[in-house]
Amino acid sequence: MTAWTRDEMMTVAAARLLWDRCVCFVGIGLPSAACNLARLTHAPDIVLIYESGTIGTRPDVLPLSIGDGELADTAACVVPLPEIFSHYLQAGRVDVGFLGAAQIDRYGNLNSTVIGAYDAPATRLPGAGGAPEIAAHAGQTFVMLKATPRSFVARLDFCTSAGFLDGHGARGRTAARGGGPCAVITDFGMLAPEPRSQELQLSALFADATVAEARAAVGWPLQVAAAVEAIPPPSPLELETLRALHARTREAHSRPVHVPA
Amino acid sequence: MKLQSLANAIEQHVADGACVALEGFTHLIPFAAGHEIIRQGRRHLHLVRMTPDLVYDQLIGMGCASRLTFSWGGNPGVGSLHRLRDAVEHRWPMPLELDEHTHAGMAAAYSAGAARLPFGMLRGYIGTDLVAANPRIRNVECPYTGERLTTVPAINPDVTILHAQRADRQGNVAIHGIVGAHREAALAARALIVTVEEVVERLPPAMNGIVLPHWVVSAVAHCPGGAYPAYAQGYYARDNSFYLRWDAIARERAGFRAWMERHVLGSRDHAGFMASLREAA
Repeated sequence: MTAWTRDEMMTVAAARLLWDRCVCFVGIGLPSAACNLARLTHAPDIVLIYESGTIGTRPDVLPLSIGDGELADTAACVVPLPEIFSHYLQAGRVDVGFLGAAQIDRYGNLNSTVIGAYDAPATRLPGAGGAPEIAAHAGQTFVMLKATPRSFVARLDFCTSAGFLDGHGARGRTAARGGGPCAVITDFGMLAPEPRSQELQLSALFADATVAEARAAVGWPLQVAAAVEAIPPPSPLELETLRALHARTREAHSRPVHVPA
Repeated sequence: MKLQSLANAIEQHVADGACVALEGFTHLIPFAAGHEIIRQGRRHLHLVRMTPDLVYDQLIGMGCASRLTFSWGGNPGVGSLHRLRDAVEHRWPMPLELDEHTHAGMAAAYSAGAARLPFGMLRGYIGTDLVAANPRIRNVECPYTGERLTTVPAINPDVTILHAQRADRQGNVAIHGIVGAHREAALAARALIVTVEEVVERLPPAMNGIVLPHWVVSAVAHCPGGAYPAYAQGYYARDNSFYLRWDAIARERAGFRAWMERHVLGSRDHAGFMASLREAA
């Protein structure tokens, strides 16, 4: 037993990858918590962009959805969505994009569209949203996804967002300008692409996780980097800041809303 | 007459089989207008919306739609849209043809539509299976550099419906807060209906704020609370408890139908819908 949860460890590990003043395209959920934890600890001037059009937002509580008023209220500016995707993301003005998915493969390609065949799916998932262009154009992407053999799969049912495609430089032969998935943060540690093959390999482990646990959770034969980094546990400051952020968020979201008559 | 009842505006501008975009990027979602389309029993609509949200879950589950153009179809921050899933996975209550895109692709398609250009262009859909799944996603060679660029056909809805904060008596409409692709969707449409929280005598000059000028607006309907359970910046927050409850309401067909019959079909208008929710609480 540790004094923190694996969700907290994932959030802290992702936050540490961010640097001050970096421009970061954020999603709802764990990425939103990680980016705001970074802002409240070591990266006070990080620029957070949510795809709804809010730039430089500094939410006091985590947003319920991408369009939460908190994001607009605390933003440096709010621009139309087409501008976010064309003038900022496609123009190369975003350093880091966060992505999640239902499935990931060994080259960091992501599926958030269907389980089963596209025309007759067993499970219809929400779909692409902003992810394919974030995957293509952000300077680098970080993927946050809990590992099970159903989510870390040998073969995607559908490729929604390109990572390194078939590896071995395949991505570099496309029009994708960004660097692709540089880190996958999961609930045992992190994977990173092997420089030559671009296959994701185990690069770092949480203090209480093991290589055996990682191998069991991944649906392809997981390669292990020559040196696997041990990820230090959350510091008291990181843990206090994250828990206070979640507590503020819960408190704010439990307040009754004024329902228009 | 620009200012009219929502029922009249829907009756006049939304025909069976029409291409209809109810936009509002998680903010200012025109729920009241969606409910009125359901009450009027429209069929075979081609629905367009970046994020279908609960409003399209309702329209699809009630059998109003036969085609959907979209880029992300979930219950934001909660999970699945069960009625959308049932339509795609089990063709209930009827088959739903999908025209699936990315946010960047839809933004480009609305922008092209607003400019009355035939297609939008982007460096997009790179390496994704969406290109194989949707034959409308194509490419063009740049005449200057020879680069291959992705294209999406322009979206020009027969009618776009928005919810906004305020309109004046001339029909000028002011929107603030998160604006998504509302303006592009509005200007891409052949007709534009806007429901508003307030009607004022005269709007102050907006400078850089977003105003849809009166001659691009077909109808304005005064409809306070018209974005509920989504939010309207400056008026009310999202009722997140409703979004959470919707997961259970929409999960089974019978429960969904019963809820829609009681609260939407069983109420005359949006005020009646809100009153029926208060009674049930």
